[in-house]
Amino acid sequence: MQLMSKSIMAMQQTIPIKSLDAVAKAAARRRARQRREWAIEGGLFVAALTSVAATVTIIAVLLSESIGFFKTVPLTDFFTDTLWTPLFAAPHYGILPLLAGTLVTSGVGLLVAIPLGTVAAIYLSEFASSRLREIIKPTLELLGAVPTVVYGYFALLVVTPGLQRIWPDLPGFNMLGPGIVIGIMIMPFVISLSEDAMRAVPMILREGSYAMGATRLQTAWRVVVPAATSGLVAAYVLGISRAVGETMVVAIAAGQNPNLTWNPLEPAATITAYIVQVALGDLPHGSIGYQSIFAAGLVLAVMTFTFNILGHMLRKRFREVY
Amino acid sequence: MNLTDSSHAQGWPKSLKAETRALSFSYASRLALKNLSIPIGENQITALIGPSGCGKSTFLRCFNRMHDLYAGNRYEGEILLYPDRRNILAAEVDPIEVRMRIAMVFQKPNPFPRSIYDNVAYGLRVRGTTERYLLDEKVEQALRSAALWEEVKDRLLARATSLSGGQQQRLCIARALATDPELLLLDEPTSALDPIATASIEELLLDLKQRVTILIVTHNMQQAARVSDWTAFMYLGELVEFGLTKELFTTPSKKQTEDYITGRFG
Repeated sequence: MQLMSKSIMAMQQTIPIKSLDAVAKAAARRRARQRREWAIEGGLFVAALTSVAATVTIIAVLLSESIGFFKTVPLTDFFTDTLWTPLFAAPHYGILPLLAGTLVTSGVGLLVAIPLGTVAAIYLSEFASSRLREIIKPTLELLGAVPTVVYGYFALLVVTPGLQRIWPDLPGFNMLGPGIVIGIMIMPFVISLSEDAMRAVPMILREGSYAMGATRLQTAWRVVVPAATSGLVAAYVLGISRAVGETMVVAIAAGQNPNLTWNPLEPAATITAYIVQVALGDLPHGSIGYQSIFAAGLVLAVMTFTFNILGHMLRKRFREVY
Repeated sequence: MNLTDSSHAQGWPKSLKAETRALSFSYASRLALKNLSIPIGENQITALIGPSGCGKSTFLRCFNRMHDLYAGNRYEGEILLYPDRRNILAAEVDPIEVRMRIAMVFQKPNPFPRSIYDNVAYGLRVRGTTERYLLDEKVEQALRSAALWEEVKDRLLARATSLSGGQQQRLCIARALATDPELLLLDEPTSALDPIATASIEELLLDLKQRVTILIVTHNMQQAARVSDWTAFMYLGELVEFGLTKELFTTPSKKQTEDYITGRFG
């Protein structure tokens, strides 16, 4: 105590003596510090801007090339024509066949990934021992590291032949096989995110349920899942976005002929498969065929965007305040 | 009730709902309760008081085998539940069966993220009741017992989380009462509530003891003095003193109890 009061007295005495000089120096230090802060802030701003700029540029390119496309092809044709043959002598530009292909393959994938993924996540979060969880989760994440082209050949050379034993008439290219493989592919993401959402449900809710005499299954199904709805929806939406945007699997195993059908046993092309097919060809820049991939890409972007907004809205609707 | 007065002299409840005998409990590596023998009088309110970490919540959670949810916990001794005098800690007793008879209300209101109705009906549905008229009747009864019916009868399907903190806690009490438990465990049920909500819950407890035996953990000594018939004072996992609340608070027999209730430590 005495020591402290002495030092305070010492400070009080020294300040007035070197005041003029000290004030000037302090002001200089402050200016230097402010310049440094501005520089750092500016750097961070540029970093943040880069991602925004990239997004804006992509949208701008999609839009500008699509405008050229829609100058030739009326919107009504684009959305009502049932044929997509932009490279034929008598071209048709109906997006419906590609849209149907995308929706069917994604739909099959989601039918596989959402139920299985949710059940697996419930198991991992509510039933598995922590040791088992520590083994399974990294293994699942490893599945996400397999290149999609490998999944494509898996669909073509393993899954489809397997399905042909059940449906002998199933063509070598079809939407069911790749759809199932898309499901397997996005399942790790669905499981991982759903499990995170369920583990974030506070223990006190589970205890409340157990205290009522509920079993583990009842607790998981009636309390934990409803409480985790917002996170589950987020997981599903991410799964949908990935399924819709998936390219390699469908390009390899679904066939590349646009085909307006909702039957997963038939071959068809998806939006992404068409884009990769045309982009790899040697169409002249500015031709209608070249522009058509941007129009298709725009449709894909709008779809993903819509799903994300929908997911965001659902997430808000079901958000829990614990 | 004459019961309290006649047992006054003995310092022991006349008619028991439960009783712990040489109950010890340890978490994975720490002994938390040491050799506790405490009687729980039937249709009485028994309060557990003591400084933080004295083991009162741990003690409470032994009654519905809540500790079974976590690995490494170990009970020793017995908890006898009357009238069948069954030791509910015995290995062959299914904890779910125990929890069917003993309900619990937690420190922080923990309504499930579902409707008010679904919350109250939860225990009944878990027990397999599906008939709508039975559920309707029980839900109304429980909400009335918890003095919440008038406030929520027009919005039974609203989310339970939309209620205020005090209402949520009464909802949790209603949820616990809906299954007609024999023993109601309350773990500091008012510590997250304001004084008005606290007063309404205390009033509720006094009404409820006609129907159900209550064991309450509280941090608040005034609360123990106001609501309970019996009080157990615990310290460092041991029972220091057990007795009639009015005696324990006026003429404690142990120096340590006196120091605690007069605020000299704890």
